[in-house]
Amino acid sequence: MSTQMQQLYQQVILDQSRARIGNSALLGEKVDGPHGYSHQVNPTCGDEIELETELTGNGRVAVRWRGDGCSISMASASVLSELAGENSVEEMLVIESAFHELMHSRGTMEADESVLGDAAAFSGVSKFPARIKCALLSWMAFKDALNQAQAAREEKHHA
Amino acid sequence: MFARLRGDFPILDVRIGESPLSYLDSGATSQKPQCVIDTFTEYFQQRNSAVHRGAHSLAVEATDAFENGRIAVAGLVGGKPEQVCWTKNATEALNVVALGIDRASRGFGGEAAQRFALGPEDSIVITEMEHHANLVPWQQLAASTGAQLRWLPVTDSGELDMTDLESIVDETTKVFAFTHVSNVLGTINPVDTLVARAREVGAYVVLDACQSVPHMPVDFVGLDVDFAAFSAHKALGPTGLGVLWGKSELLDALPPVLTGGSMITTVSMDQTEFMPAPQRFEAGTQPVAEVAAFATAVGYLAEVGLEEIFAHERELGRLLLDGIAEIPGIRVLGSAPERIGTVAFDVDGVHAHDVGQFLDSQGVAVRVGHHCAQPLHRRFGVTASTRASTYLYNNAEDCDRFLSALAEVRPFFGVAQEGE
Repeated sequence: MSTQMQQLYQQVILDQSRARIGNSALLGEKVDGPHGYSHQVNPTCGDEIELETELTGNGRVAVRWRGDGCSISMASASVLSELAGENSVEEMLVIESAFHELMHSRGTMEADESVLGDAAAFSGVSKFPARIKCALLSWMAFKDALNQAQAAREEKHHA
Repeated sequence: MFARLRGDFPILDVRIGESPLSYLDSGATSQKPQCVIDTFTEYFQQRNSAVHRGAHSLAVEATDAFENGRIAVAGLVGGKPEQVCWTKNATEALNVVALGIDRASRGFGGEAAQRFALGPEDSIVITEMEHHANLVPWQQLAASTGAQLRWLPVTDSGELDMTDLESIVDETTKVFAFTHVSNVLGTINPVDTLVARAREVGAYVVLDACQSVPHMPVDFVGLDVDFAAFSAHKALGPTGLGVLWGKSELLDALPPVLTGGSMITTVSMDQTEFMPAPQRFEAGTQPVAEVAAFATAVGYLAEVGLEEIFAHERELGRLLLDGIAEIPGIRVLGSAPERIGTVAFDVDGVHAHDVGQFLDSQGVAVRVGHHCAQPLHRRFGVTASTRASTYLYNNAEDCDRFLSALAEVRPFFGVAQEGE
């Protein structure tokens, strides 16, 4: 087995792709708190994810998603959901930004595990340009849905 | 012969990491023999000039190279050289027909073009196994003209379901567009039966020949199709070049979509007369070096022999199918007996993208994704598949390397069951 393959498919990724944390039924309008929804598609392979965010009042954001895709995209959505359970909204934005930067580093960056947690396991993906989109799909959906949830909260606040 | 000709393809010596290359993605694009690469280079070194204009020696040579390409292609697929129109790719060739019919439906092209005119009373028929290139343009044409879009479904064995052929292709059908060979399943469709039905109802036949012309003997005249499209790059030629083949009386009546220089007889400030085919579809400067190189590719294919290539790939396809059957957890999409050496499959528990990545780590190049055929994948209950496709330069060793790598995929991703 080549070292690159082992770097790409770290055990964390293989485990998380099967765990699929956060993979659950979407609640849509049934949730009380400010919420957002995003649907992202990877047109090269047809993979897709639907992701919901809900601001839960304790400074956290709950994430629910459903989708079908490769191990990288499923593991990425799973790690994202896990991190959302452990971090504040502000911290999630810092992680999102660091993850985005890592994915576009073409393998030149050292992943900062203290910021990224399990998401640091994806550092090998950045050496495979064809797979960066797989890792970013759920994060793009997260950012989009979170923006909507925050906008909804603002609206409620001003109403 | 097939063992020897591998030496004609320099890219086969490339190494992927530490592994030799087993290129099983010719369904997407073929590799090029040195003679094709040489023709391309020599054109720019020795013959480059504008075609169909200028009286100088180089212009004559360039024009010869360009027109000889048509002669070569007509020799390959039948018909006369003027039945061969150059396009950017096969997708453009199919769009030229669909958009030409759209223009005819709007009154362009005068009396002669009215034979193509479509309206809400008419239907267009395609199939569920089409590449998006032979699907989306017809969907667009239906939306634009109000014509109804219908399709022949696909059976579990990956063949066209002919049960309702007579009610799907009926008196309202004006266009029947289908693929000769499925780019995913490798199934060879019964063109004779489909053309016969089109003739009964007076529909025009448009054949997507992208996956047939490079891999088997094809005679458009014998098949009696009205229009056909294929690309050079899948048949040892360069990218940037496609072929629209048609019956002369139909090509000459079809309104052109791209207009401008090189395709006119006379232009005044208020109107323009177009040339007959093929020039009427070749507006602007043409890909001359590509045509010259493709002529060399066609010569190469003829020298090896399309019958021989077909038999060689059939044998490789057999090796792939037999080998895959031995590996647990792999489902091949389609099982048509009439097929080329293309095999698409689903690996239980492992996404196609991951399968392709794993095979690549061992130097095996395959295609992953929906292969521009989303409805067909949906028909088989998957969003993506992995496809191995062969060509004349592949050998049994490529198949062996593919199969032994494939056998490791499910264990690597931890989805193989105990005892497998």
